Amino acid sequence: MRIRPVGAHALLLDCDDPEQAQAWRAELWHRREAGELTATEIVPGAVTVLLDGVPDPDAAAARLARWRPRTTTSGTTGGETRVPVVYDGADLPLVADHWHVDVPAVVDRLRRTEFRVAFCGFAPGFAYLTGLPPELSVPRLATPRTRVPAGSVALAGPYAGIYPTASPGGWLLVGRTDLPLFDVHADPPARLTPGTRVRLVDAP
Amino acid sequence: MIEVLRAGALTTVQDQGRPGWAHLGVPRSGALDPAALRLANRLVGNDERAAGLEITMTGCVLRVTRAVAVALTGAPADVLWRAGTAQSRPGDVGRPLALPAGAVLRVGPARAGVRTWLAVSGGIAVEPVLGSRATDTLSGLGPPPLRDGDRLPLGTPAGPPAPVDLAVMRPLPDELRLTVRPGPRQDWFTPEAPDLLCHGAYTVSPDSNRVGARLAGAAVTRAVAGELPSEGLVLGAVQVPPDGRPLVFLADHPTTGGYPVIGVVDDVTALAQARPGTTVTFHGPQR
Repeated sequence: MRIRPVGAHALLLDCDDPEQAQAWRAELWHRREAGELTATEIVPGAVTVLLDGVPDPDAAAARLARWRPRTTTSGTTGGETRVPVVYDGADLPLVADHWHVDVPAVVDRLRRTEFRVAFCGFAPGFAYLTGLPPELSVPRLATPRTRVPAGSVALAGPYAGIYPTASPGGWLLVGRTDLPLFDVHADPPARLTPGTRVRLVDAP
Repeated sequence: MIEVLRAGALTTVQDQGRPGWAHLGVPRSGALDPAALRLANRLVGNDERAAGLEITMTGCVLRVTRAVAVALTGAPADVLWRAGTAQSRPGDVGRPLALPAGAVLRVGPARAGVRTWLAVSGGIAVEPVLGSRATDTLSGLGPPPLRDGDRLPLGTPAGPPAPVDLAVMRPLPDELRLTVRPGPRQDWFTPEAPDLLCHGAYTVSPDSNRVGARLAGAAVTRAVAGELPSEGLVLGAVQVPPDGRPLVFLADHPTTGGYPVIGVVDDVTALAQARPGTTVTFHGPQR
């Protein structure tokens, strides 16, 4: 892990791999909770953790260099969220081609995978789910759709994701869910927060 | 209540934004010059965090249904108000005004700069979303931009207006000198890229908005093509997409991004007033 300065009030923890980033994110949330770290934002990325709104980044960096993420938590928080999915996405055949299997095998693989929220971005409540092996990465559509409906379950790169609201998008659509993913009146407002374990189960 | 008679090109409700939710993909949002809105709030006796309006370029026309104190800060604009059949009376940006119930306030186009902030005693009392009433133009959180005919609720005044005749606005410079600190991704750029950025003159592009100021000028040369794995972004991050044209992120910036950030601007508030064509230069921090 390498600590990079970001402007006058932020630090970027540039980690060795996604697992280390998840562990650091969990560790830093814990340290902030315990009052050992002041930061307005602790934002995980794919292999980074950003600390923003840090009053004294040099002092914080010196302290961080002495900390080690606890491996026991391995970044997982809370229980498992089961997302009911209807697997009828328009791009299932395309994913099957990329994976060199048939459509039922794609669906079976997605059902059996234990996903975890690595980070959020793109839109409020949009979670990047890891759990698929790197060899099953898929490219985005060359031409993004102008409108992807809310609740669309989709794949891009090594990630699975669910669109919380309708938006343009280039991810490959594999299914849809009715589960609300972002509700400003809920606490927390996002259903899928970093560290959450996720199963994409069959909708009843 | 405020009735919107003419909303103008882009008038939004803004406050100090909704920091603390970036890990869920929620942008900070808030006034592009938060200090200017805080000043307007102080002038009318509000808590600094109260919501006001951010008026862009073309001005707007509003009617107040109760007696209020109002104050404008930011870009200079002609201000006129009228009650009943009386003649219109002038006001000024920076000078608190006491408006009687039913008065119509006309904020003209910005004479220079881009954005003017309006505070009203009691504050704009639309329903807060995640602790803020700010319109986030990227994610759509908060109230939508104002439309003609909208009615905005007002809160209860917290105290009397400040005993101030005129708050002097910072003059708007013709050329913006922005202090930029290198990193976090200098290693994605050629060794001469920081010099290109700091010795070149850029101009603000017309496609700039609350998300970011896009700049035209010498392309910043990247050593590594493609995208890096998505990582968190800060206010003022200078992101360089493949075309090499830098973009400085403002309040409605996305929480994560995949293009490398060559440096971070210390204070982006001057960009809130930068019209398309304004010259921008970058400088390293003074030591």
